[in-house]
Amino acid sequence: YVALMQYCLFSILLLSVLSSFASGLYFHIGETEKKCFIEEIPDETMIIGNYRTQLYDKQREEYLPATQGLGMFVEVKDPDDKVILSRQYGSEGRFTFTSHTPGEHQICLHSNSSKFSLFAGGMLRVHLDIQVGEHANNYAEIAAKDKLTELQLRVRQLVEQVDQIQKEQNYQRYREERFRQTSESTNQRVLWWSIVQTLILVAIGIWQMRHLKSFFEAKKLV
Amino acid sequence: MYGSLRVLLQVLWAQLLCGWVLGSELTFELPDNAKQCFYEDIIIGTKCTLEFQVVTGGHYDVDCRLEDPDGTTLYKEMKKQYDSFTFTAAKNGTYKFCFSNEFSTFTHKTVYFDFQVGDDPPLFPNENRVTALTQMESACVSIHEALKSVIDYQTHFRLREAQGRSRAEDLNTRVAFWSIGEAIILLVVSISQVVLLRSFFSDKKTTTTRVGS
Repeated sequence: YVALMQYCLFSILLLSVLSSFASGLYFHIGETEKKCFIEEIPDETMIIGNYRTQLYDKQREEYLPATQGLGMFVEVKDPDDKVILSRQYGSEGRFTFTSHTPGEHQICLHSNSSKFSLFAGGMLRVHLDIQVGEHANNYAEIAAKDKLTELQLRVRQLVEQVDQIQKEQNYQRYREERFRQTSESTNQRVLWWSIVQTLILVAIGIWQMRHLKSFFEAKKLV
Repeated sequence: MYGSLRVLLQVLWAQLLCGWVLGSELTFELPDNAKQCFYEDIIIGTKCTLEFQVVTGGHYDVDCRLEDPDGTTLYKEMKKQYDSFTFTAAKNGTYKFCFSNEFSTFTHKTVYFDFQVGDDPPLFPNENRVTALTQMESACVSIHEALKSVIDYQTHFRLREAQGRSRAEDLNTRVAFWSIGEAIILLVVSISQVVLLRSFFSDKKTTTTRVGS
């Protein structure tokens, strides 16, 4: 019994230590640096972002969770450059937003640190995880709330995925139209330019000859 | 009670050994002469895939480099537009991959990358598979995998289309500026030609007639 409990405790401890690595991908950010990420998404798509910061501790020579005062400023801009989310979070945070216009949304992060001494070595480690659309769903929660069996949950996941594909296809159609408009505009411009240029050339040529002819006639050379 | 607890722990350990769940997909801007590195802690034996594509900027190419915890380069390519690299982690530790735009002097680039580590998390976090999947469930699983690859292809198509569109918009602005500039140059050159020609003849006749025009 004691051995089993010890095994349990040890496992739980080890798993909780390792789960601190579960926030996956990380990168370094300078003190005044602003890191921006772009998400090109269709409309009515939810995005959930999780981040976790760590500060380098010179004494222990490793990265430790950042102090309370250190926060990250998160700013999200929609495709029309309008700010849809602009908030300051603590050293660990989670931000959510839903897109209302399709297009390139920009998610920018920068630290709110004003004291240079806080950044020994000048680098802050940021763990970031951004989930888009269907990946943002918490299926355990959905299963519990709607009391779904495993099969029903799987089918629900498939429905969400197909939904996402459909939204993306719709967005694709709208983008292709914009692309076509740009190409047609270029085509028009090239056509007009060549006509106008030829007219200018001919007009200039005629003006030059007439002007010089009248000039030389005045000078009694012709 | 102890039996189920043991089973639960075994499942959790199995999940741990199968590799941690993650997959990160990000699009970021890489300024000129800059290098951006990302790090990830990976457990030994996990199958990982790194895929990247340059979306906008310059000649649409970037340098990419993937290193294992000891600093050995697993993957290094210069000036690549798109690539996909799969590897199995041979060591425990922090793997690092960097994108470099140091060869470019004034074009900043937008780079998309997708770093998949291990498999997807199971739908039920506390699932313990004592029975095999039913036919319905395995059909759902295979549809799920197929849809995942559809979404993946869609993403790559969207990126290529963004690339094409950015080139088209570039071309459009360039044509506009060039045509206006050319028209102006044409006018300026022709008028100055006439003025210059007049000045040749004016100098000879300064003694006899004063050019009043």
